[in-house]
Amino acid sequence: MSGEFWITQAFNGLSYGALLFLLASGLSLIFGVMRIVNMAHGSYFMLGGYVGLSVVWRTGSFAAALLAGALALALVGVGMERFFLRRLPGQTLGQALMTIGFALIFQDLALLIWGGDPYSIPVPATLQGVLTAGALRFPVYRIFIVVVAVVIGAALWLILDRTRVGAMLRAAVDDREMAQGVGIHVPRISFAVFALGAALAALGGVIGAGFLGVYPGADFEVLPYAFVVVIVGGLGSLPGAMVGSLLVGLLDNFGKALFPELSYFTLFAPMALILALKPTGLFGRA
Amino acid sequence: MTLDRKVFAGVTALALAGGVAPFLPAYPLTLLTQAVIVAVFAMSLDVLLGYTGLPSLGHAAYFGIAAYAVGILSTEHQVGLAGCLGAGLLLATATAALFGLLAIRATGTYFLMITLALGMVVWGLAFRWVSMTKGDNGIAGVPRPELGLPWSLSAPLPFFYFALVVAALAWAAMGVLVRSPFGLGLRGIRESESRMRALGYSVWLHKYLAFVISGFFAGVAGVLWAYYNGFVGPVDVQLVTSVETLLMVALGGPGTLAGPALGATLIVFLKNFVSVYTKRWLLILGAVYIGVILWAPRGVLGAFRRDAR
Amino acid sequence: MGRLEVRMLAALVLGAGLAALQAPVVTEAQDGPIRLGMLAPLTGPFAQVGKDMVNGAELYLDEIGRVATGRTLELIVEDSEGNPSTALNKARKLVEQDKVHVLTGGLLANVGYALQPYIDGQKIPATYPVIAADDITQRKPAKWIVRTGWTTSQPMHPFAEWVIKHTKYRKVATIGMDYAFGYETVGGFQHVFEEQGGRIVQKIWTPLNTNDFAPFLAQIKRDADAVLALFVGRLAVQFMKQYEESGLKGRLPLLGGGTTTDESALPAMGDEAIGTLTALHYSEGLDTPQNRKFAKAFEARAGKIPSYYSEACYTGARWIVEAIKALQGRVEDRDTFLAALRRVSIKDAARGPMTIDAWGNPIQNIYIRRVDKVGGRLQNVVIATVPAVSQFGKYPPEEYLKLPLYTRDYPPCKHC
Repeated sequence: MSGEFWITQAFNGLSYGALLFLLASGLSLIFGVMRIVNMAHGSYFMLGGYVGLSVVWRTGSFAAALLAGALALALVGVGMERFFLRRLPGQTLGQALMTIGFALIFQDLALLIWGGDPYSIPVPATLQGVLTAGALRFPVYRIFIVVVAVVIGAALWLILDRTRVGAMLRAAVDDREMAQGVGIHVPRISFAVFALGAALAALGGVIGAGFLGVYPGADFEVLPYAFVVVIVGGLGSLPGAMVGSLLVGLLDNFGKALFPELSYFTLFAPMALILALKPTGLFGRA
Repeated sequence: MTLDRKVFAGVTALALAGGVAPFLPAYPLTLLTQAVIVAVFAMSLDVLLGYTGLPSLGHAAYFGIAAYAVGILSTEHQVGLAGCLGAGLLLATATAALFGLLAIRATGTYFLMITLALGMVVWGLAFRWVSMTKGDNGIAGVPRPELGLPWSLSAPLPFFYFALVVAALAWAAMGVLVRSPFGLGLRGIRESESRMRALGYSVWLHKYLAFVISGFFAGVAGVLWAYYNGFVGPVDVQLVTSVETLLMVALGGPGTLAGPALGATLIVFLKNFVSVYTKRWLLILGAVYIGVILWAPRGVLGAFRRDAR
Repeated sequence: MGRLEVRMLAALVLGAGLAALQAPVVTEAQDGPIRLGMLAPLTGPFAQVGKDMVNGAELYLDEIGRVATGRTLELIVEDSEGNPSTALNKARKLVEQDKVHVLTGGLLANVGYALQPYIDGQKIPATYPVIAADDITQRKPAKWIVRTGWTTSQPMHPFAEWVIKHTKYRKVATIGMDYAFGYETVGGFQHVFEEQGGRIVQKIWTPLNTNDFAPFLAQIKRDADAVLALFVGRLAVQFMKQYEESGLKGRLPLLGGGTTTDESALPAMGDEAIGTLTALHYSEGLDTPQNRKFAKAFEARAGKIPSYYSEACYTGARWIVEAIKALQGRVEDRDTFLAALRRVSIKDAARGPMTIDAWGNPIQNIYIRRVDKVGGRLQNVVIATVPAVSQFGKYPPEEYLKLPLYTRDYPPCKHC
């Protein structure tokens, strides 16, 4: 195994992890604040990609696609939260089943609206191409994904750590009742978190569509990855989502490259190990 | 309502199903057989969900492992019913015993997530351990067992009665279990763990045993399923299968055994009838999930019980 | 008895009643409609391919007015969801409730294998227009299944020979989906390629639900002459894109199994697909009057160009009708119906002439295709035709059948 191999694979893992971060950070926050196991989170990713696709077809603008995808799915997420999930406070199982119902409906609606053909979002010319360094090649688009994830990660961290809203949100994650008790309007926080989580997943969907494509079934394909990230990193923790995404991206990549037959074990086995040692994940609190 | 009446109702339902069967055309009989088997699976989950208050998102793992055991042993090694049944139940129980150690430490949503993760491990095995499970192709051509009786189980009607008898035994066993002092302990834990702990109950052991027993009965359903379907594949252990079983329990009414059985029957017939008339049946199934949770959170039976009081 | 029990019993009775209602009154008259049962994935990831299949079959039946030898033809389509368990359930419904006279359809090998014991057990005449798993007509032939499609390795034997004769590629690395369809494609190519002096220098298998190909592409041996790729549907689209992105496109020319550039995926690809060489028993670009007529009619009906799946079910429906005609419509006797299905030959199918071998697989043309831009869109341009290819290639069947099935490790990779 040459140095080239390790560097290339590490870069690939990093860029895949960056995409996972966009997907999983929202899931983790939704979970942290509302204790909802959102099985429709993969659907946000897929629908985001489809909405982005339609916008690119109409306008030709990738930036507009990113914006439209995020906004549209923020609305969808908010609608689910406000009109359905909020009616079931504290019913973990009921909420999980309900989100599954939504995931099935979204899957069928996507098929109805966009048909079942695989598509790929045309990427702007500035993001195409490859940077080379000796024998090493780094596709610009993958660098772009990493940059987006870093920017969003930093912004989320600043909001959570440095602002009043962030402090309220952290309080809600730590202890919902207590936060409510000291006058924090938790339903409003939940509303915002759902919008943000769905928008981030959709953003991931549009960006992901640039190299993974958009196709029926993408929803349930990415969902397990998002869950693994959240379980490994710890529910409701932003640093957890960051470390978890990176870890899962690298594990998945090196696992597939080095032990292709065991590709799921290299992903699931560390997860089971972490669960056995620390059931709340690396950064989670009980 | 008294215990005697419940038993009477259950026996009547079984007798009715048994009595109707010979007059059913082939395909509805097939579906009824399916419903009976899935009912055992749903009841096994209810021991955990309805009686102990532990919502598992990975219950298909034990069902699937038992089914795979039957599939592999009967096709590759020509093992008969006794061997397959023994191996299937043993493996399902052993897996539940192992996973239980990891899962029981968690509660609430964490329990949901951990069982989901463990279920995914089993799915990963079924999908990627190709030399053992044939991966995506699955195991086809699982032969029906021979009991040494005059009737061959490869015919639909005898197999239906075979499944019905096994299901009745499983139902009776679970019924006795949930009404035993142990079962009452489980219900106590569901209502308040701390109170039961204060009363000197070993909460962990109760939950753990419930987890393992539930896995055992899921295994019973898995063995029946492999023989019934003649095919075992990764679809039998995937997340959607686990979730659908949860829906059956929720639809029928958690905390009753009749409820999940009814829920299973309804879903099996619904899925197969609706998809005949429309391509958009996923929309309908999705709406059923949402509707059940919104308007019948305690299930069909649960909703009824409230107004009976 | 409490109300609870009453309701439960009522539900059960209702269920049984509903079930009984479902059973249609089936007329066994010799002049009633002939029922064709078809399985295709109409929901889930393969829904679009399923639509292509159904459109193909419907198109043919419409062309003949849904009548053959005076009897009406009734097509009953059921959704398999691309899931073997569901497919089995729906097959039971078609056979046991709708009492279809013949069963057809199916897309993936896992569905094919799951249905085989059921079909043979029920003794129901069946055709597989798409499912290509080699052994269904080779080492474990199904008595009641006639294949009107192809075997996976069938196009790859002549393709390998063509590559040796017409290109300078001698060292080929392969990358393909990690399941039987991938093994049989790569195996068929390797078998002939190495016999004729070529070398397979690397075999990479990617899990079916891979979405990022980067970890695999980084491993491809840069000193190979060409790469043979086998992908289906959206994986093909993503593979093409990432193959170019990784910089391999310029260095290593691409060969492929037919599905890698099938018309179900080709419209979603960009110019990066141009130049890819593949082999299959069909191409939308095939320039014969029969195919031009079919492709035009299909496009008018479906609003898109036909894929090989569309042609498979168009010709598959015709195959069944030819058998019905040969029997003057007397399809009630299953044994003679099966025998008739095994005797069909079609001189002017959209894909070209077809006859059938003793194992129940067509002998047909294989087309070597190169992706090019024709009239502003990508097309599989036929650059060579290998006529009348059998599933056994140039080998005597008895000898061929003594060899093991192509698998992940067979033929072994001697030059890896």
